[in-house]
Order: sequence, then C-alpha cells, then structure tokens
Amino acid sequence: MAAMNSGTARVERQISLPFKQAFRIALRNITIRVGRAMITGAGTMLGIAFLMSVFASNLMLAAKGAEPSPAQAQKAAWLVAMSLLVSFVGITNSMLMSVTERYKEIGTFKCLGALDNFIVKMFLIESGLLGFFGSLIGSIIGLLFVIVTNLAFVGAFNWALAVLYMLACIVLGTILSVGAALPPAIRAAKMQAVDAMRTEV
Amino acid sequence: MSSIATADAQNGAAAPAVSTSDDYRASEHIVRVRGVKRVYKIGEVLVHALRGIDLDIKRGEFMAIMGPSGSGKSTLFNMVGGLDKPTDGTVFIDEVDIAQLDAGELAWLRCRKIGYIFQTFNLIPVMTALENVTLPMIFAGASVDEQMEKGKRLLETVGLGDRLYNKPGQLSGGQQQRVAIARALANDPAIILADEPTGNLDQKVGEEIIQMLKRLNKESGVTIITATHDDKMYKRADRVSIVIDGEIQAVVPPEQLGDNTVDGFLAQLKEEKDAAAIKDLETAAEVTATNAAITGEG
Repeated sequence: MAAMNSGTARVERQISLPFKQAFRIALRNITIRVGRAMITGAGTMLGIAFLMSVFASNLMLAAKGAEPSPAQAQKAAWLVAMSLLVSFVGITNSMLMSVTERYKEIGTFKCLGALDNFIVKMFLIESGLLGFFGSLIGSIIGLLFVIVTNLAFVGAFNWALAVLYMLACIVLGTILSVGAALPPAIRAAKMQAVDAMRTEV
Repeated sequence: MSSIATADAQNGAAAPAVSTSDDYRASEHIVRVRGVKRVYKIGEVLVHALRGIDLDIKRGEFMAIMGPSGSGKSTLFNMVGGLDKPTDGTVFIDEVDIAQLDAGELAWLRCRKIGYIFQTFNLIPVMTALENVTLPMIFAGASVDEQMEKGKRLLETVGLGDRLYNKPGQLSGGQQQRVAIARALANDPAIILADEPTGNLDQKVGEEIIQMLKRLNKESGVTIITATHDDKMYKRADRVSIVIDGEIQAVVPPEQLGDNTVDGFLAQLKEEKDAAAIKDLETAAEVTATNAAITGEG
C-alpha cells in the first residue's frame, strides 16, 4: 500500500510544527530525563542562588543601618561581579553539555524529518524552562538563606527592592540559559544528519 | 569465473543502454544514481569515497548493496537517503533531483518517502517503544489519536504488541531493531533504507529481521535498499550490487553468486581485477628494475 500511495513524482515541503507542539515535546523531553534536567537546572540554580544571596545581604546590611565604608562597598561590588561570573560559567557549562550530549539524538530527529528550526525551537524552550525554574528556585534559596541567618533585622528589610532583585535574577538566569543553549543547538541543527549521528561525546 | 565474466559484461553493457533509454524507464525506477562522486577531505588528504556511481533501483525491489568496509557503500547509502550531498553527480528519487531540494523539502522526503534503519538501531533511549515509533508521525503532523492507533498497530505488526511502553534499554537487540522497523514504516514510506540492519545482531535474530523485511517488501511493495555483509541477507534480495573502492563492480541476481560467500565472491572479483592489472604491473616492474640498475651504478 505504501508504494501505491507514492505514485506521484512530487515532493512537498515539510510542515513547520506549531509552537504548542514544540512546547509539548520540549516539556516531555524534560520530564523523561528528569534527573539530567535537574542537574542542568541545578547549574543555573546555584549560580543564581549565589547572586541573589549577595544582593540580599547587601540589602540586609542596609537594614542593619550600617553605613558601608568605601572599602565595604568595593567588596560588595566585587562579590556581585564574582557571583555574576559564577552564574555565567555554571549556566553556560551545564547548558552546553546538555545539548552536545544529544547530538546523536538530533541527527536521528533530522533523519525522521525534523526541520532545523524545530530543533532550535525545541532546545530554546527546554533551556528557557530549565533556566526559568532554576533561577526562580535559586533566587528563593538565596533570599531565604540571607533572611534565615539575619532574622533579627528582617523588620527593616527592603522587601520591594528584594523582589526587584529577584526578578532581575530570574530574567538574567533565563537569558543566560537560553543564550548558552542556542549556539550549540543551531550548530547541531545545521549539521548534516549523518555527521550529527556519528558524533561521539 | 564464468559468472563474473557475465556480471562484468552486464555491467559494461548496462551503462550506455540506461542513459539512452532514461525517459522510457523513468517511472519504473524509484531511485536513479548518476555519476555520483564523493570526496572527503581528511586533514590534507583527499579521500575518494565514491568514484562515479551509476545505479538504478526499481520500484518494489529488494536491493542489497555489498562491499568490504571502507568500500563506500555507507557513503552511497547516505547519498540515496538524502543524508549527505554528492561532490559531483545526481541522485534522483522518484525522478526528483534531491540536490535541488531545499531543507524543507528534504525534511519532507526523509519524513514521508524514506524510512531509515541503522546498524546501531538509533532509537531515542529515553523514549518508550511507542514514543519512538510515533516520533516521525509527530513531524508529519498527525493527530495524537492517529499516532497512538497507528503506532500500536505497527508495533503489533513487528510482534511487539506487548512491549509498547518499554524503553530501548529494556529490550533485546532484535526487539530494538524491530522497533526501528516499525518506526521506519511510520509514515508509509516508498523506500526503506537499511544500513547493515543485522550487523549488531546474532545469526538467529538477524535471520528474523531479514524475514521481516522480506515480508514487508512482498506484502506492501515497499522498496528496500540494504547495505549488508550478511550472506543470508543478500540471498533474499532481488539484486545485489557489489561496491569496491567506490565503484560498482557488478549488479547481479543473488543466484549468480551461487554458494559463494560474500567474501569469496569479492575475492574472486578482486583476483580477476588483479589479473587484468598484471600486465601493467609487469611493465612497472621492468621500469623499476631499470631504475634500480641505474641507481645501483650511481
């Protein structure tokens, strides 16, 4: 029956799957390898937790009413820069690994008829979800850590500013995750299917 | 010896005959390969994997491609499957030159027209058998209900109706390859490309896989092209193409290989080729001897 259907010598163009489908598959990709996804997400989480704790402890210092000396302000800025660097390296590394270890799978996907932009879309959604939830949990942990260790001064704590910092952390974590996953995903999607399948990691 | 002579004669005669009667044969052949060359660059060295291949494969045919490892059969395979592009020459699938297709059309071809089976199965390890089989249907835009219904039916066809929710790691090699066959059939392709499908399986299981492919070929008329080392495999084929050093040496019905093993037949072919080259060698030897004499004097 298969051969009968294909009597016409015509080639059509592969349909581009809607965003909803890509989202469904990306979500499924995360849930079927939940352990691996947690580790990848943890990379983001730790980086952002560190960053958030630095922000929060700066706020806490202000809550204690201590006017920071120039040396202390410099130290705080240094800590923020360091934690940004830690987040960047941690997130980039875990995202890069999570894509490159799936080159073979990407090759198989392409063999089965996946379009390049679908593969990119899929990794974008996956890394976006991992980045978002990783940095959400990370920023909560970072904040909680500082709050719990300084319970006596919570009264004067600037919550509005803390929430603002949290939002910034989440946005940063998500952007870094997606940004780190994007280049290897594009590279893999553009590879010839055979080359991608032959890749050993 | 006589069989090889016939094979060579056939091969030699076929090449010009086909090119003059292309239009006449057009609809009969689902795959036509014309003058395909593939050159890889590894470091500074150019590797000629294919040196000009002409091959026609009929609709509904079971074609085995044989050759020693490194002969270029896998490269040829990837060309026919649209997985790799030739350096020179053209591959027609259903009269469409696949080098002219854009990425979207190529993806459609891979999704709908061709089913792939690999030596290493290449199933997605984290997905269940059913999810693996339905994956190509997702890309084809089938509804979830269609996917489930057809996925289950296909897995039943290959005898895995009770293993729908097992992951590849929980299945034996033969069962994994059967999942791969079901996956290859997902969108009712016209061609199934099987690259050494029995290469990683033991004899008995390999035999089952071959029988299954043969059955599919007979029942649904799907064209099967398989690269193989396996004696049992080529004996079930309609025709056997023998590839050595990036060239097709012969296209023969399997009976012509007789009881010869693949390696035996290849060795015989090579012997014949060597015999033909002996004159050149002798001339070369004379030259070398003369050169040696000169160098010795110097």
